[in-house]
Amino acid sequence: MNSDLNLLAASVRRAAATPLDRRGFLKLTGLLGGGFVLAAMTPSLFAAAVEAAPLISSAELNAFIRVTPEGKIVIYSANAEMGQGIKTALPMVIAEEMGASWSDVEVLQSPVNESLFGQQMAGGSTTVPRTWDQMRQMGASAREMFIGAGAIVMEVPREELTAANSRVTHESGDFRTFAQLATLAAKQRVPDVATLEFKEREDYTIIGTAISGVDNEAIVTGGALFGIDTRVPDMVYAAYQKCPAIGGKVVDANIEEVKRLPGIVDAFIVKGNDNVMELLDGVAIVGTNTHAVFSAKQKLNVQWDETKASKDSWSKLANDAKALHGKRGSEPVVKKGDVDAAFGNPQNTTLEAFYEYPFVAHLCMEPMNCTAHYKRGSGGTKDTVELWIPTQGPSRAFGPMKTMFGLEQDQVTIHQMRLGGSFGRRIFSEYVCEATEISKRVGKPVKLTWTREDDIRHDFYRVGGFQSVKAAVDKSGKLIAFENHHIGMQANGQPVIGSGFTANEFPLESIENGLVTNTLFELRTPCGPWRAPRSNTNAFVVQSFLDEVARKAGRDYRDFLLEILGPARWIEEGNIRAMHTGRAAGVIKLAAEKAGWGKPMPAGSGLGLAFFFSHAGHIAEVAEVEVDANKKLKVKRVTVAVDVGPIINFSGAVSQVQGAVIDGLSTMMTQKITMEGGRIQQSNFHDYPVLRLPSTPIVDVHFIQSDYRPTGLGEPALPPLAPAVGNAIFAATGQRVRKMPFSEEGYSI
Amino acid sequence: MPRYTLNINGTEQVLDVQPDMPLLWALRDVLGLIGTKYGCGIAQCGVCTVHVNGTAMRSCVTTVASIAGQKVTTIEGLANGAQLTALQQAWIDLDVAQCGYCQAGQIMSAAALLAAKADPTDEDIDAAMAGNYCRCGTYLRIRSAIHKAASTKSALFYDATRSEEQHA
Repeated sequence: MNSDLNLLAASVRRAAATPLDRRGFLKLTGLLGGGFVLAAMTPSLFAAAVEAAPLISSAELNAFIRVTPEGKIVIYSANAEMGQGIKTALPMVIAEEMGASWSDVEVLQSPVNESLFGQQMAGGSTTVPRTWDQMRQMGASAREMFIGAGAIVMEVPREELTAANSRVTHESGDFRTFAQLATLAAKQRVPDVATLEFKEREDYTIIGTAISGVDNEAIVTGGALFGIDTRVPDMVYAAYQKCPAIGGKVVDANIEEVKRLPGIVDAFIVKGNDNVMELLDGVAIVGTNTHAVFSAKQKLNVQWDETKASKDSWSKLANDAKALHGKRGSEPVVKKGDVDAAFGNPQNTTLEAFYEYPFVAHLCMEPMNCTAHYKRGSGGTKDTVELWIPTQGPSRAFGPMKTMFGLEQDQVTIHQMRLGGSFGRRIFSEYVCEATEISKRVGKPVKLTWTREDDIRHDFYRVGGFQSVKAAVDKSGKLIAFENHHIGMQANGQPVIGSGFTANEFPLESIENGLVTNTLFELRTPCGPWRAPRSNTNAFVVQSFLDEVARKAGRDYRDFLLEILGPARWIEEGNIRAMHTGRAAGVIKLAAEKAGWGKPMPAGSGLGLAFFFSHAGHIAEVAEVEVDANKKLKVKRVTVAVDVGPIINFSGAVSQVQGAVIDGLSTMMTQKITMEGGRIQQSNFHDYPVLRLPSTPIVDVHFIQSDYRPTGLGEPALPPLAPAVGNAIFAATGQRVRKMPFSEEGYSI
Repeated sequence: MPRYTLNINGTEQVLDVQPDMPLLWALRDVLGLIGTKYGCGIAQCGVCTVHVNGTAMRSCVTTVASIAGQKVTTIEGLANGAQLTALQQAWIDLDVAQCGYCQAGQIMSAAALLAAKADPTDEDIDAAMAGNYCRCGTYLRIRSAIHKAASTKSALFYDATRSEEQHA
């Protein structure tokens, strides 16, 4: 997992750093899994690989674009849509460069085929930066092919032609529509990538506008889009019960009794491979409908062997961590200058604090599910499996299909389904393995649906942790030293995803004296990426604590932050995953200005500012809150300033920011997963609530559309929210919140 | 198994299901009306919201047996053929959905609100929509879309009381 995510991040860095000459492009495609080379694409290849029946007789310009004789421009979206909006945004980029009218565009989900569509993974807010050039190349190459066809048909030099509004127009005013030219255009030579020219920003007519999501009509009429909506002839329904203590083994179960329950077709014990990312032991129940299997699951009695199961205990973790407050961890992970000298200098002011944040669940509104149809071969044909998966990375299922079921890629057909939320959850494929195993056993297509209880108790959680922090400011009030004892989690000796505090965390890049030490507790509970991993907790600690420090030094927090950032520069040239201090300062100033930073506030009200850089996004937020004597909190407004470069879909971009703020507030206020004896103690929305509409603040979003490359927006607007609200609570009440969720400190919303 | 007759989106449906079968699963698994979603099974999240005789109900805890003979409208039955309701159109125009999974339930709750109160205030909306969770955080646009639909006087409104003939 870690290495995959690192590879993803590395590919994004490479994309930013590599000039797009032909050689650079080829190198880039190699890194992304190969095959994504325009010149190698011929129409005959697509016909075999793209199984979209309605498109017969349409003209293929490249893997992503087909034009029907009626003039419909079909653009494939190759990556997972989970609410982040790329199924609309990426085709907008193609349509812009090719000169299509958006009203002529129909977007379809592409087949899963990385040799045609490049890497089909969505995650880490990487899809936009990774595919920005590819999408522009697809659109621009199609445009050149249309112009080439227009030059032939109109018998004019191609230099006298332009493409716009789904037409190729001659300077005389004569034109041909894309529909008229499509067949001939598809036969034009595919341009060399190096020769392609892209539109200037001021000429954009689609990029930067607000376009409603391409699936919206289906969404508002109840169309089948999501994995859980899959229906296949002769399909049966399944539920799967795993040990509540993660990793427990099945000894026995009342299988015969369960089999006699109404609507139950079969029930059996599944022996897993002890890999939580693939198949854990459990009991499968198969029936004629979901209600039958969910009801039978409640009557299931399983005798578990928990000898080797998780024994994790949140209360023990919390107690052990508290005992480490004020102490240092093991070998320094970051060491700059001499923090002890800074802390020991009586001229300086020092401050210490201890912060805590819990495990949280992903809580996708659509619970984990997969439909699998395992077909045994006969008469010499091989076994095959067909999978309908709501997944962030469909090709991630190929690995376990090979290792667990012996199926090569050509024996596996994957349908990428829309995801009812993901937030990092559906990067894993264990529900795919479970559905495949059950289908293989029963010999029928099976839709496996997890109950909400399964979904909350068998997640890959956002890791909880603790940070013991210390800082010093000099006589002038400038931050000169920062120390963090990060108390996190590890599995088999390796830090789990989301647990870490590294050298590129703010403010370590910008100060003279820094020290980070680690203590990692060994953990069995699975952890995984959760919307802005690491940043979603580190931002809370750092931005709350620095506000404490600024206040102790008598400084305005906005000015204090700007001083730490220093002169405008990239922290690491060419790495878009490292901050640009000028962009950071820009969003801090803008958010402060728009929120009325510094204005007098009534008693019980306050403004709080936080900045965080994550997933290549520079974002500052100012929260305005009211707090009453009973710690009832009203977050009235959150003002957000964002620099992720040019905005592709303005509507989707505002949605991502507003959603991240509301999600951040939801998580900050009430959400906490605890475990005792290896068992997750929460099970459904009654003990793991989500923020409701009446508690939603106004979220006022401002973009700085800088000329840097566009980067992703699914994640980076979440991290600054919790510290902005915490800092606002302090401004309103003088009370500092150092623990999430805030409900544990007596706050309600 | 017992047989129950329900009017679903204007069509008489005979369901052979167990007495404890929730409407949600009869819709999804028996009738193939997958627009109504499963979220929690305990009437907490609102994604399974449908109308029973015009009233917003949580189909995950409403058994088929308990509403035999009654009239059910699901998200599939909200529009009059190809003519979307003002509410659905507002949802598209304002690009409300992110992942979209909860939106059928949101729209059904909003439709019940508008049927009861044609021009709701923010407070009305807060009260009517508080039972519908959205993990993506689309609440601000949900509120705006309800206001927009309410102000679209000329557009077709969903009418929970309209006759079966109009549905058919």
